[in-house]
Amino acid sequence: MNLKLRVWRQRSAAEKGKMVTYQVTDVSPDMSFLEMLDVLNEQLILDGEDPVSFDHDCREGICGSCGVMINGRAHGNGLFDDHPQTTTCQLHMRSFKDGDTIDIEPWRATAFPVIKDLAVDRSALDRIIQSGGYISAPTGTAPEAHSILVAKKDSDAAFDAATCIGCGACVAACPNASSMLFTSSKVVHLGLMPQGQPERNDRVVNMIHQQDLEGFGGCTNIGECSASCPKGISMENISRLNHDLLGALRAGARPKS
Amino acid sequence: MTVTHSGQRRTPKAAKTSSVFKKVVMAVSGIILVLYLIAHMVGNLKLFAGAETFNGYSEWIRRIGEPAVPGQTVLWIIRVVLLAAVVAHIWAAISLWRQAKRARPQQYVARKQVAQSYASRTMRWGGVILGLFVVYHLLDLTFGVANPAGHDATPYDRAIAGFSNPIVVGVYVVALLALGFHLRHGVWSATQTLGQSNKTRERTVNAFATVFAVVLTAGFLIPPLSVLVGIIE
Repeated sequence: MNLKLRVWRQRSAAEKGKMVTYQVTDVSPDMSFLEMLDVLNEQLILDGEDPVSFDHDCREGICGSCGVMINGRAHGNGLFDDHPQTTTCQLHMRSFKDGDTIDIEPWRATAFPVIKDLAVDRSALDRIIQSGGYISAPTGTAPEAHSILVAKKDSDAAFDAATCIGCGACVAACPNASSMLFTSSKVVHLGLMPQGQPERNDRVVNMIHQQDLEGFGGCTNIGECSASCPKGISMENISRLNHDLLGALRAGARPKS
Repeated sequence: MTVTHSGQRRTPKAAKTSSVFKKVVMAVSGIILVLYLIAHMVGNLKLFAGAETFNGYSEWIRRIGEPAVPGQTVLWIIRVVLLAAVVAHIWAAISLWRQAKRARPQQYVARKQVAQSYASRTMRWGGVILGLFVVYHLLDLTFGVANPAGHDATPYDRAIAGFSNPIVVGVYVVALLALGFHLRHGVWSATQTLGQSNKTRERTVNAFATVFAVVLTAGFLIPPLSVLVGIIE
């Protein structure tokens, strides 16, 4: 199949970027979206041009490295009815038609400055984790499974939240560029576990404080995040975070600044 | 366990102004305004009971609490609480709107939304319309300066005079539809913000928000439209 790509090209954070049109030919429907970009890059290198930068690592949909806006949707999620929500690397060219025009842009948010082309700096998410996404319980040898009991519904909900791979699609999709779905999944997956209780109050106030410091927007409960999340993380986590935050503020927890 | 020291009890500026705290201010002030709207809507329906009942009801609002407290005391308490709620609601909205603007200065070239509703997309500008409408509405029916029957007419006569004009009714219809959409997303969003939603409740909360918005909007629309078509004279 032959495609027309309109790709965001930006040499560095300091320079202005623009959409540049490329033609790619002989794309196999079995290729992944990233393999199609590899084909484009080989072509660009042969032509003596600068290849398009994009982040990727496992190409198995589990690491959270890849992620671009495809036709205005994060990872292309929501464009195809017959396609489950997943990451860019797990989107295959069979979802597109011969002759399609595809717009490819980086995640856009103040907190995610463009490094080059489609690659953005997502270390703001790492700093949110650093501010509270940890437990102080000693880890190491796994304890006897029955020594600490966890209710089935709590362990299920915690596991669902823990599937977040931190790709940043929620921020990219949010009309407010809020990282609320990311932060809430981190707050909830530890907050529902017994091991996460000692820091529970401090965790939520510090992580929200850090999220605001990083320049993310506020949540308006629109739901574009959940509809774009490759792991389908639910909006209920946001409600749980809000509940935890109110409890923490009442208990006197304050962000350390 | 978090130990609270006396020096920590006052919320520091950072926590007070966190985006989630602003959303809580938005939700709580919104709930106060919604409770008032329910009473307001029910009161409006008394237009159907005739001039005497409606004017009597209007007079009663000024006398609530008498003789325990002087006349208009309760009315003024309600007014002050409403004004505080409106100011808090607008402050939180503007502050979060600006934060969202700063969070994405560079817009997407191609953008496709799949989850957002018309209601959630129009919260901010719909809110601006509602704010302007409230100013007009107070000038029209509370102060009477923008009312064809004038300030000295009885509340019933002012309502009839205003709503006999199709343009006035048109303004009310537009504003009330904006209110309906604002409530549709607001009720759901407030439930989320106050941490009261979850996967199982989500459908119920959204269904309730829709029904509530429709009932309240319809309740507000019926009196002006009834005056316009001559059911109330």
